[in-house]
Amino acid sequence: MPLLELICPAGSLPALKAAVDHGADGVYLGLKDNTNARNFAGLNFDEKSLKEGIRYAQGKGRKVLMALNTYPQPDTLPRWHKAVDTAADLGVNAIILADPGLMGYAVRTHPELRLHLSVQGSATSYEAVNFYRERFGIRRAVLPRVLSLPQVENVVKNTEVEIELFAFGGLCVMVEGRCLLSSYACGDSPNTFGACSPGHAVRWEQTPKGMETRLNGVLIDRYADNEKAGYPTLCKGRFEVQGETYYALEEPTSLNSLEMLPEMARMGIAAVKIEGRQRSPAYVAQVTRVWRAAIDSVKRAPEQFKALPAWMAELAKVSEGSMNTLGAYYRPWK
Amino acid sequence: MKLALGPLLYYWSREDTLAFYESALSWPVDVVYLGETVCSRRHLLRLPDWIELAEKFADAGKQAVLASQTLIESESDLKALRKVVADRRFLVEANEWGAVRLLAEARHPFVAGPTLNAYNPDTLALLADLGATRWVPPVEMPRDMLASMPVPAGMETELFAYGRLPLAFSARCFTARHYNLQKDDCQFRCIEHPDGLVLASREGEDFLCINGIQTQSARVMSLAHRLDELKAAKVDLLRISPQARHTERIATLFRALLDGTLAPADAPAKLAPLMPAQPCDGYWLGEAGMAWQPERHLEEITP
Repeated sequence: MPLLELICPAGSLPALKAAVDHGADGVYLGLKDNTNARNFAGLNFDEKSLKEGIRYAQGKGRKVLMALNTYPQPDTLPRWHKAVDTAADLGVNAIILADPGLMGYAVRTHPELRLHLSVQGSATSYEAVNFYRERFGIRRAVLPRVLSLPQVENVVKNTEVEIELFAFGGLCVMVEGRCLLSSYACGDSPNTFGACSPGHAVRWEQTPKGMETRLNGVLIDRYADNEKAGYPTLCKGRFEVQGETYYALEEPTSLNSLEMLPEMARMGIAAVKIEGRQRSPAYVAQVTRVWRAAIDSVKRAPEQFKALPAWMAELAKVSEGSMNTLGAYYRPWK
Repeated sequence: MKLALGPLLYYWSREDTLAFYESALSWPVDVVYLGETVCSRRHLLRLPDWIELAEKFADAGKQAVLASQTLIESESDLKALRKVVADRRFLVEANEWGAVRLLAEARHPFVAGPTLNAYNPDTLALLADLGATRWVPPVEMPRDMLASMPVPAGMETELFAYGRLPLAFSARCFTARHYNLQKDDCQFRCIEHPDGLVLASREGEDFLCINGIQTQSARVMSLAHRLDELKAAKVDLLRISPQARHTERIATLFRALLDGTLAPADAPAKLAPLMPAQPCDGYWLGEAGMAWQPERHLEEITP
């Protein structure tokens, strides 16, 4: 069973190459449509770039994992089926799925294809993970960012499925796959449309009160002149509750679990995932380099592992909102 | 078409909860969902209490369903879930796939809850195969998507038709966060907010509603005025989500609607004074969930 594979985001061919060149064990990517949960303009792969990406990564002994992790709908189901076929035909190392119906299709049509359960599948217990194992033979599950590390360990101990954890990058405060805030505000949710707070619903406006960001008309945040305006992801806005204005759900912060690597190694986490398919190749290169060094260090001498200040500084530079958190892995966050 | 009283999503005192259900025994609903689906820390009613209520509703001629927790995090959550499954007398609502596994293994029929994310015929067929006899579509599912779903024979469709929409779940408790408390020491402050805690934009627009680890819509979804569209989409049950006040009157209005003594077009005006906030019906129309367009009628479904 693998230990602490480094899985990096590839929103484009240059990002894929950056990840491979800087030490990723695998990359994950998606097609240019709503079959994956990063359906943003200008991102992702068509068949030609996918072929080239697979050739490049696999030529250097690295893996390509394809995310097909949105929920197919009755009238568009054939598009998801075709995407599974494409993944199998081009020889990706695994596909990452959330929908059980689609898993059924994959198992029937391409029994040799390796299946991973996406974070969008919302499996937070070993009973759920084992359901997908028994029924569809999944080999790996990516856990939602809601469990504390001891809770993660309890899952690991009670399943033969490899467990992959989000380690760094944008942080969903809600259980992935169980969040409809975006469609409530603007009609499109990650589950069906493949994007949260999608660009077409976003407005930026400089006003006398400051820079305002809106999602389909709803004011998500307003920034004073000395504040850096962020993308209006709606769970990270400032709202009023009982007369108090604050980040009512979550600060614009980003996950960094690097200091927990020895714990993750000890409990047998198969892979750690870097978030950020929407980020630049330079981000991917920088983050991959640091995490490669850190994982190598843990594997060499777990007892002596220290999260080097240089690594943390490097990562802090590229964090969204320039703030870091251990998220739910650290119980008091809850 | 039947009426269902959905699970109580808020945390009320034991006294208030028991009084609510005592009263509901005589309401004109056919099905009642019982149990804590939101937060495992809420403990004023335990499973034996819910089972006792279920027995009372069964005696009153209603179908009682035990609803299971939506977010399972710990071994003790699983223990609680296994106890729900072990009681073989009542139908169970499964709200995550671990519950589905246990129920399928026990060959116990179940209701596939809205958070199982059945968005397509293959997943729905799988649920039927595993023992689901009823399903609740994701609350964001538009009429057109629902109408194009081939529902397996013998499976009922129950739609979330009235109430603040359950939109998201988190490991974090937002009510505790509001009071600067950690979840493990939350002091159960959610009990002070029997219809949740409204979160508004900085322009004073009510937007969401905090209910512990659950985030709801501030607006109240209401599809009463769309009865004809609901019938045409082959909805079998309408779910009314409990609120702190007026739930009986709301259930009575829905009953009048089904009996034909209240015209669907008159429903919004009758319901408005009973709602804790403004209404919405956008999801059904395939738009932003918060939209409210009672005048807009969907075209008939062409087979």
